[in-house]
Amino acid sequence: MILTIIILYLVLVLAIGLLSHRLFRGTGEDFFVATRSIGPFILLMSLFGTHMTAFSLLGASGEAYHNGIGVFALMASSSALVVPLVFFFIGTRTWAVGKRFGYLTQVQFFRERWNSDGLGLLLFFVLIGLTIPYLLIGIMGGGITMNQITGGQIPEWVGGFVVCAVVMAYVTYGGLRGTAWANTFQTLVFMLLGGVAFFVIVNKLGGFSNAINLISERHPELLIRGDKIKPLNMLTYTLIPLSVGMFPHMFMHWLSAKRAASFQIPIMFYPLCVAAVWIPSVLLGVLGRIQFPDLQGPAANSVLVQMIKLNSPEILAGLLAAGVFAAVMSSLDSQVLSLGTMFTQDIVRHYGFHDKMSERKQVLFGRLFVIGILAIAYTLSLVFNRSIFKLGIWSFTGFASLLPVVLAALFWKRSTKQGAIASVFSVIILWTYFFVQGWQTPGYTVGGSGIMPVAVILAVSIAAMVFVSLLTKPPERAIIQKFFA
Amino acid sequence: MGKNLPKLLLYSALFVLYLLHNDLWLWNDASLMFGIPIGLLYHIAFCLAASFLFISIVKNIWPAHLEVETKEEA
Repeated sequence: MILTIIILYLVLVLAIGLLSHRLFRGTGEDFFVATRSIGPFILLMSLFGTHMTAFSLLGASGEAYHNGIGVFALMASSSALVVPLVFFFIGTRTWAVGKRFGYLTQVQFFRERWNSDGLGLLLFFVLIGLTIPYLLIGIMGGGITMNQITGGQIPEWVGGFVVCAVVMAYVTYGGLRGTAWANTFQTLVFMLLGGVAFFVIVNKLGGFSNAINLISERHPELLIRGDKIKPLNMLTYTLIPLSVGMFPHMFMHWLSAKRAASFQIPIMFYPLCVAAVWIPSVLLGVLGRIQFPDLQGPAANSVLVQMIKLNSPEILAGLLAAGVFAAVMSSLDSQVLSLGTMFTQDIVRHYGFHDKMSERKQVLFGRLFVIGILAIAYTLSLVFNRSIFKLGIWSFTGFASLLPVVLAALFWKRSTKQGAIASVFSVIILWTYFFVQGWQTPGYTVGGSGIMPVAVILAVSIAAMVFVSLLTKPPERAIIQKFFA
Repeated sequence: MGKNLPKLLLYSALFVLYLLHNDLWLWNDASLMFGIPIGLLYHIAFCLAASFLFISIVKNIWPAHLEVETKEEA
C-alpha cells in the first residue's frame, strides 16, 4: 500500500512537469527561465521548495536527535533573517541585470562583468563541484526514505535511482516552467504533510505536553544548547545561509521572475515558511529519542521516516513519505536544470560548439552532461555513509564563501577580474584545507574554538577580493558604464 | 537625511535583530513556556519578528528603480 501511494505520487509529479510542456514556447529562454514570467506566489514556492531539501527534513531531524532544539537556532531562524536579506539585496539586482542583458547563468554575468573567460571557466567548475554534495543529499534522502518506509524491502540504491530518474524525466521535458510548477505542488505537499506528520506522531506519543515532559525527564540536555553548541558556533553559523547568494539553481529561479516586485512576497513570507517546515522537523527529531533511543551517528538521518512508519496508518505513512520525496525532488530538479543550463550556455554555446552541432545534438549533450553529474553523485551516495546535515554544511560553506564575488559584481565598481579570481582561489584552497581537517571530526570547528570554517574562508575571500582589486589595474570605463550607468 | 531616515531605521533594526539572534541568556534554560522549550519558542518568535521587519522593508524602502521596462510590457 505504502509503495503504491509513493508510485502514484511520483507519477503525479511527472504528469505536472509534463503538463507544463503544453505551455512551452519553443525558445531557449522559455526552457531555461520560463520567459521570465513567474509571478510572486510560484516564485515563493519554487524558491522555498528549491532551498528546502532532505537537509531540512531528514538532516534537521537527525541533527536535532543528537543535539536538541538548538538546531532550529543554528539553521532555521538564522535562515529566516539571512535568506530574505540575500533576496532583497542580491536576488532583485541579479534579476534586473539578468533581464537587461539576457543572462541565463551566473557564469555569463560574471564573465561579462569582469571581461574574463578564465574567471568564467573557473567558476563553472567550482560551482559544479560544490553542487555535487548538494545533489548527494537529495539522492541519499530519497534512498533512505524508500528503504525505511518499506521496512527495508526496497534497498537504498533503488530509491536513490528512482528519484534521479523521475527528476531527470520531467526536467528535461518541462524545463524551468515544469520545474517551477512541480516545485510549487511539491512545496505545498511537504509543508502540509510535515504538519500532519507532526500531529499524528505527537498524538501517538500521548500528546505534545506528555512527549516533551518525557524528554525533559530522560534527555533534558536536548531542550537546551548547553555544551553541544557554543555561542561562537551559533554566531558563525549565521554565515552559512549566505550560500543562497551563490547557488546556481537559486540564481536561475531569480531570473525566472516576471518583475522585481515578484520578490516582495518571497521576502516577506520566507521566514514563516522556514518556521513552518523546521519546527516539526526539529521537534520530531528530539521526540524521536522516546521511540528510538539508540540511533548512532548518521543512522539518525532516518529517525523521521522511522517515526512516520511506526506511528501512522499505511495510507498516511505513504503520503507522508511522498512528502519527504517532494522536498527532495523539489531541490534536485532545479539543481539538475541549472547544471544542464550551465553546460549548454557556458561551454557548448560560449565556446562555439553550437556552430558545429545541431540544436538537437546540443540538447543531447546537455542531457548527457547532467546524467554524467547525476551518475557521479549517485555513485558517491552508494559509498558514503555520512550525516546529511554535515554534508549539507560543507557544500553551503563553499557557496557562502563565494559571496564576495556576487557582491563585488553588483555593488563594487572598482573590483577587478584579478580580485575575483584571487577570491575564488582562496575559497578553493581554504575549503579543501578545512574539509581535509574536519571531514572525519564530528562537530568540527576551527581549532575547537566553536568558529565555523565558513567565517575564516569568507573573511579571507573578502580580503582577497578587496586587496587584489586595489592592487591591480582598474576595470575599463566601458564595462563600468555598461553595468552601473 | 530625512529621506534616508526610514532606510537607516530599518537597516538598524535588521542589525539589532541579528544581534538578538544570539540569545545567550536562554542558553541553558530548559524551562517550558506554553508547553514549548523556551529556547525554541524564542527562535520561533524571532522568525515572526523577521517576517514583520521584512514586511516593513518591502513597504517602505523597496528599490522600485530596479523594474526594467521591456518592449513586451511597454
